[in-house]
Amino acid sequence: MERLTGTFKVKSGLAEMLKGGVIMDVVNAEQAKIAERAGAVAVMALERVPADIRAAGGVARMADPKKIKEIMDAVTIPVMAKCRIGHFAEAQILEALGVDYIDESEVLTPADPEHHIDKWQFKVPFVCGARDLPEACRRIAEGAAMIRTKGEAGTGDVIEAVRHMRLMNKQIRMVRQASDEELVTLGKEWGAPVEVLRLIKELGKLPVVNFAAGGIATPADAALMMQLGCDGIFVGSGIFKSQDPERRARAIVMATTYYNDPKVLAEVSEDLGEPMRSISAAHLSERELLQVRGN
Amino acid sequence: MRVGVLGLQGDFREHLTVLRSLGVDARDVRTQEQLEAVEGLIIPGGESTTIAYLLEKTGMLKVLRERGAQGFPLYGTCAGMILLARELSDPYPENRIALMDIAVKRNAYGRQLDSFEADLQIKNIGSFRAVFIRAPKIVRVGSGVEILAEHDGVPVLVRQKNLLASSFHPELTGDPRVHRYFLEMVAQG
Repeated sequence: MERLTGTFKVKSGLAEMLKGGVIMDVVNAEQAKIAERAGAVAVMALERVPADIRAAGGVARMADPKKIKEIMDAVTIPVMAKCRIGHFAEAQILEALGVDYIDESEVLTPADPEHHIDKWQFKVPFVCGARDLPEACRRIAEGAAMIRTKGEAGTGDVIEAVRHMRLMNKQIRMVRQASDEELVTLGKEWGAPVEVLRLIKELGKLPVVNFAAGGIATPADAALMMQLGCDGIFVGSGIFKSQDPERRARAIVMATTYYNDPKVLAEVSEDLGEPMRSISAAHLSERELLQVRGN
Repeated sequence: MRVGVLGLQGDFREHLTVLRSLGVDARDVRTQEQLEAVEGLIIPGGESTTIAYLLEKTGMLKVLRERGAQGFPLYGTCAGMILLARELSDPYPENRIALMDIAVKRNAYGRQLDSFEADLQIKNIGSFRAVFIRAPKIVRVGSGVEILAEHDGVPVLVRQKNLLASSFHPELTGDPRVHRYFLEMVAQG
């Protein structure tokens, strides 16, 4: 019987299966196993977590394939990996390794000043960051099968993820209420492809899954983002840069499922030890912001 | 008819949408109290390790094992099927409902690059477009298990009395016929 692989249905379908779950950044096999044991739905294989990338400066690139393979061998849950914005050769390498999802990520140093990757050329699905609905629409038009807020990675400050999610929600409401001719004008003003806006109007929501990312450090942060309407949570530095990663990981998993139950949230938030060393996103200079990369 | 969908993690909303399109009072189930209130339960696709962890933590795993053994209708898709299988080729997840006389190998169709769509012939239903995502493979079925559909000679939809399981995701295509079949099981149950 014929098998159709790499269809948009199977690409976006995997993201559907990750909903209500937590995707955790890991830098080695040991951390990947801890994440899996704690209930992560997937791991993001990295050389360094965003907080360390931020501290190190310089040029951040795709991780060493050896590291990614080591992590793929360690767990049975899906493994994601990051490539630089526009760096389709890094993406080809990640696809050849057989990773389950590619994050074309602003956390790494962009490789192309104007273009993102043409993601339709790949069988492996992509997730991309967005700060607002027009940006999400452009990524979807390029073939992204999953969206996440950009937030401000490596800070432990949730304010930017909240800003991006609230803006997306507001703009989705505008699209739902727009007439067909207003939709064209919105597309022009926003720099958003009209066909994606039409799809959003028809569905009443984004056509792909939307996770929260960039600054989530506590179970309460995860619950906040879920209540704002995210489909799930990415935690970057927030787990393995905290004092007790496994305990915090389990707590964030529970908080993502029971985001509407303050009693459970109170219980899991107790005695978690120190969170990651955080920095206020408001104190970062324009040059230090990761979210402005790629647009 | 009140039917639950386990809402701990995964694509439970898609299952709820299909059930509601069939006029069912479909409910998101995350606690033991909510589980008490339904006449049948769908365990959705998602990550089986995550769902198993949360099922045990909430105490619902034990309840599902007991009720499932007494005839409570259960339908597991993908991750849900892994949780229903009595035998597993991998060590994870250890704590499952484990009521169905089938052996399952996780991710046996391959990683995401091997995820696929295919047309199946389902007994008493007919042609059906099925979506397989990092799907588990049924590697053995017991004598009391009826095979309702196969793909390339491998069972992909199976039933054992009050238990139904599929490697694929009927909730992703909007075709309600497999769900309707499960509702008939609930009505009889």
